[in-house]
Amino acid sequence: MQETNAFTTLLKRDFMVAFRHRNEIFNPLLFFSLVTLLFPLGIGPSPTLLQTIAPGILWVAALLAALLAADNLFRTDYEDGTLEQLVLSPQPLPLMVTAKVLAHWLVSAVPLLLLAPVLAVSFGLDAHAIGVAELTLLLGTPVLSFVGAIGVALTVSLKRSGMLLALLVLPLYVPVLIFGSNAIDTAAAGLPVSGQLYLLAALLVLAVTLAPVAIAAALRMSVSQ
Amino acid sequence: MIKTEAAPSNSGLFKLWYHRMASPVWFYRISGKLLPWLWALFAVLLVTGLYGGLVTAPADYQQGDSFRIIYVHVPAAWLSMFVYMVMAVSGAIALIWRIKLAEMVLVSCAPIGASFTFIALVTGSLWGKPMWGTWWVWDARMTSELILLFLYLGVIGLYSAIEDKRMASRAVAILALVGIVNIPIIHYSVEWWNTLHQGATVTKFDKPSIHIDMLIPLLLMAGAFKVFFAISLLLRTRNELLERELPRKWVKQLVEENDG
Repeated sequence: MQETNAFTTLLKRDFMVAFRHRNEIFNPLLFFSLVTLLFPLGIGPSPTLLQTIAPGILWVAALLAALLAADNLFRTDYEDGTLEQLVLSPQPLPLMVTAKVLAHWLVSAVPLLLLAPVLAVSFGLDAHAIGVAELTLLLGTPVLSFVGAIGVALTVSLKRSGMLLALLVLPLYVPVLIFGSNAIDTAAAGLPVSGQLYLLAALLVLAVTLAPVAIAAALRMSVSQ
Repeated sequence: MIKTEAAPSNSGLFKLWYHRMASPVWFYRISGKLLPWLWALFAVLLVTGLYGGLVTAPADYQQGDSFRIIYVHVPAAWLSMFVYMVMAVSGAIALIWRIKLAEMVLVSCAPIGASFTFIALVTGSLWGKPMWGTWWVWDARMTSELILLFLYLGVIGLYSAIEDKRMASRAVAILALVGIVNIPIIHYSVEWWNTLHQGATVTKFDKPSIHIDMLIPLLLMAGAFKVFFAISLLLRTRNELLERELPRKWVKQLVEENDG
């Protein structure tokens, strides 16, 4: 009971902090649409070509946006000492970081989910493929948040960690990218995609159950420095 | 004088041995005695393996002599994954029992593993030129080997970024454990991606039962590579150990002995 209380309190608090600093919500969104915009400009406006590469572009842009957003997941809390208090608190740390990652996902990835269909339409994907794209993003982006949080927790005490974070996290994003973009690709070709979606769901279950333990261990290490 | 890191409890011989092995002084002595033997073993395996692979093994009926790069490529590729496993296991030991020696083994593994991965990638690409006609194809194994290289580079990068080396070892241990959970997932997803996108256009190294005259040198070379890994791991760990224990008495004694 006490744990759920702490969980919801932390969730609410993170929400409030995010809504008072709106750029945390808009920056990933802006980045996501800018990256997707660059591809047609770089490749050319041919609709058939854009349609074939749309799934890959959507997912790569989502990956980069998640990486960018992840950077301030623990940063401010580390700097003002909140994180230290969280580590010292009697509540189980893995549960607390789950609340933080969940809040972060709701704030940074859900707007992305709302924008993705618009971008998908501009690439000429059909309605079925867009539906599948939404599903893959819904299943895949929480995995990105949880796995990204491990990297952030390991590097939060370092001053310039941007490139290192990318090096740590992007290789781990590979499976999500593969299954996510392939599902959209397959859906656009009119084939069943349940296999890819099940695999993404399995990755999500794995991430939710295992990642908080790793994040907690990494935070303890970072805070004790 | 042998000083153990943690006081050995009397709950069994294994535990005693285990704690003794974790003692830096003990490790330094034993590894120093072991090294010449390992070098000798390495030399024997390498010479016989190379002779078998380059001279006595028959040329492949399809690939001619260019298949002989297998004697470097395959052992390096096997080791690239084995080293990550060693790294993750010592990471787990370092995290759970806080054994300093395991931390040193862990951080010593990363550059060695990265080197073997790099060798496997370069020789694979050299092999690809006569086989596929290009230096690089997005073959499943090559791609996952490339991702593995980035995982190693991440470990090295994280370790060098954190000032306090004990903290850095703990961070790297966590990262290695996260990596070992992810490697099978990455490997199979890449394999799956590859079969879906490329179909059968790529001539894979399907292993048609390899001839025994080709296999024996391969196994010898694999053994030589493993021993070489053990040697370089011991050397690196000994260096790391001396560097970290520099202010300790036994290191000073050692230096004096060597000077005299």
